Amino acid sequence: MKIVALMKQVPGTSDVAIDPERGTLRREGVAVKTNPYDLHALEAALDVRDKLTDGSTVSVVSMGPPQAEAVIRESYWMGADGGALMTDRAFAGADTLATAFALSQALKKQGFDLIVAGMQSTDGDTAQVGPGVAEFLGIPHVSYVRSIDAVRPDRIEVTADLGDRYLSQEVQLPCLITVTKDINQPRLPSFRKRKETAGRAVDIVKAADLPPSDEQHLGLAGSPTRVEKIFPPKRERVREVWEGPSVELAGRLATLLKEVLEP
Amino acid sequence: MSEAANLDRKAWKGVMVFAESHEGRFEPVTFELIGKARELADKTGQDVICVAVGHPLSDITGDLLHYPVDRVLAYDAPEFQHFVAGVYAAALEDAVLLERPSVVLIGATPVGRSLAPRVAVRFRTGLTADCTVLDIRPNGDLVQTRPAFGGNIMATIVTRNARPQMATVRHKVMPRAERLEAPRGALLPKSIAAPQALAGFTRHLAAVRVKSETSLPKAESISDAKVIVACGRGIRAKEDLQMFEELADRLGGVLAGSRPLVEKGWLPAARQVGQSGRTVRPDLYIACGISGAIQHVAGMSGSTTVVAINQDKDAPIFETANYALVGDMYEIVGELLKTGGA
Ligand SMILES: Cc1cc2nc3c(=O)[nH]c(=O)nc-3n(C[C@H](O)[C@H](O)[C@H](O)COP(=O)(O)OP(=O)(O)OC[C@H]3O[C@@H](n4cnc5c(N)ncnc54)[C@H](O)[C@@H]3O)c2cc1C
Ligand SMILES: Nc1ncnc2c1ncn2[C@@H]1O[C@H](COP(=O)(O)O)[C@@H](O)[C@H]1O
Repeated sequence: MKIVALMKQVPGTSDVAIDPERGTLRREGVAVKTNPYDLHALEAALDVRDKLTDGSTVSVVSMGPPQAEAVIRESYWMGADGGALMTDRAFAGADTLATAFALSQALKKQGFDLIVAGMQSTDGDTAQVGPGVAEFLGIPHVSYVRSIDAVRPDRIEVTADLGDRYLSQEVQLPCLITVTKDINQPRLPSFRKRKETAGRAVDIVKAADLPPSDEQHLGLAGSPTRVEKIFPPKRERVREVWEGPSVELAGRLATLLKEVLEP
Repeated sequence: MSEAANLDRKAWKGVMVFAESHEGRFEPVTFELIGKARELADKTGQDVICVAVGHPLSDITGDLLHYPVDRVLAYDAPEFQHFVAGVYAAALEDAVLLERPSVVLIGATPVGRSLAPRVAVRFRTGLTADCTVLDIRPNGDLVQTRPAFGGNIMATIVTRNARPQMATVRHKVMPRAERLEAPRGALLPKSIAAPQALAGFTRHLAAVRVKSETSLPKAESISDAKVIVACGRGIRAKEDLQMFEELADRLGGVLAGSRPLVEKGWLPAARQVGQSGRTVRPDLYIACGISGAIQHVAGMSGSTTVVAINQDKDAPIFETANYALVGDMYEIVGELLKTGGA
């Protein structure tokens, strides 16, 4: 079985620079990490592979700037068999539609039976890319999967967490799932694997490697949404500033709480 | 993908709301979306169209007519009993093909967030997640505002040259539409008719089989609390939360927090306030050791009274607070509990 994990690099902190011209994230030169949800996606993929013991493989696909290669490297240290980084100016500035489209094109090229994505990214935070990829590929998807209950050659059984209920379903392969943090505890990168995979290549996928007619569907040009403007949030509350010793502030707060709660 | 600049805006008319339901009850966000849809539609002379998908629906769809809608399209068939994304997407696609709405609003619930992107891809159109403000231009362009980029920044987003313009909105972000005494509008039972939607419906129906559905005990939601004591990274150790929970208890409220505490595993995800957590509108919100990043504020700015305790007098949370207490949260709350002031 060909299992693919979709993984993304995200800013390591919340203070991110914005490109004033494009109105998009400036990803160069900020501390980065692997989207935490995607570690759960990779773990789920590895777990399926390891239980199958039939020569199934896990590969990782990530789209991002050249430095996002780190995500693929990290996945090798955790046990992924291969990885592709989609990196090209033409991919830059993609909204969720253009991202899902680009990922789906690369997936079509490399083949897949089961695709595992994170439930959301900590920077985009839309949860839209996974289902979008599935739709572009014309395959079913299940979001918010909290457990994979069975894996058979042609289908899997999963349980989704819809907040107020669990929904267990059997889905034919190929399909895509997005996973919550409850599904597993991601393994730590192993030092041994790190040494073993030091020489392993990361495939680089450029726009030219995808079907050529699709250029205008990629990146900023392929994104129907546009950030028109960015602005500081309006915050307008009439406020009182209280300063002084804590004992005094606590006393005033006690009075305030009485007023507010027992009008 | 976004069809060149020659989009015919007039060919797309109406504000559509996906009315999510489960076990004979509409998700509360539905009524909030209807209120917003009515406002957008009235500004531009359009209709409000609700699309309900589920089974059985007959007992509840009538109730939608007591809200300011023009039509309700009801896709009620056994295949819709459980939520299967591809199957539901086919129904919503069918409704969009039928009505050609300019705008489609969907609740940012687990179901909505799974469904919306599939439909957006079917129409190769834009989808903006978790909007906090929605407005419309005379030409029909939807002006979508949401916190962005992880910075202390809001972004205005428009979908150019593609229709329908799709957006998701979280529960409690927008006010609920008032219930009307007399029903209005038309209730139209529908089944999927457009060939391309029908093809997707059949394909997904064959590919997915629901095995079981288990209701979870109704977790007490912080969204409904009247009083919230929220803690942020000012908390130094997990045990320290007890003191703030004690305060919450004494005030008849609940304990919540900012995202870093959830990431550390000190609070369950359901207690996170903010853009990627819950939106809350309590009578009283006490923020302790929270800096006031826009993603946090997006989830609590609708609170009636906000008290913030922070030792940094320049903390942005103070600009969202009615009472800005500059000081140490441990000392102030410790003293308050000791003296029985709460
Ligand atoms: C896409 C995205 C979505 C996000 N969604 C959310 C969300 O839903 N909810 C959310 O909360 N965040 C969210 N964030 C994160 C957000 O940007 C901030 O990083 C986060 O809110 C900061 O949490 P904080 O205020 O607790 O911590 P900090 O910013 O570190 O602030 C801690 C504050 O505590 C004060 N303090 C420290 N010690 C004391 C003391 N003893 N007494 C008094 N004050 C003290 C400090 O002065 C400081 O102001 C999101 C970020 C992104 C990128
Ligand atoms: N650029 C990307 N490269 C690879 N996977 C991605 C990318 N963007 C999003 N994803 C996947 O889609 C999931 C949801 O992301 P988002 O829609 O941004 O919240 C992530 O957890 C990833 O699994």
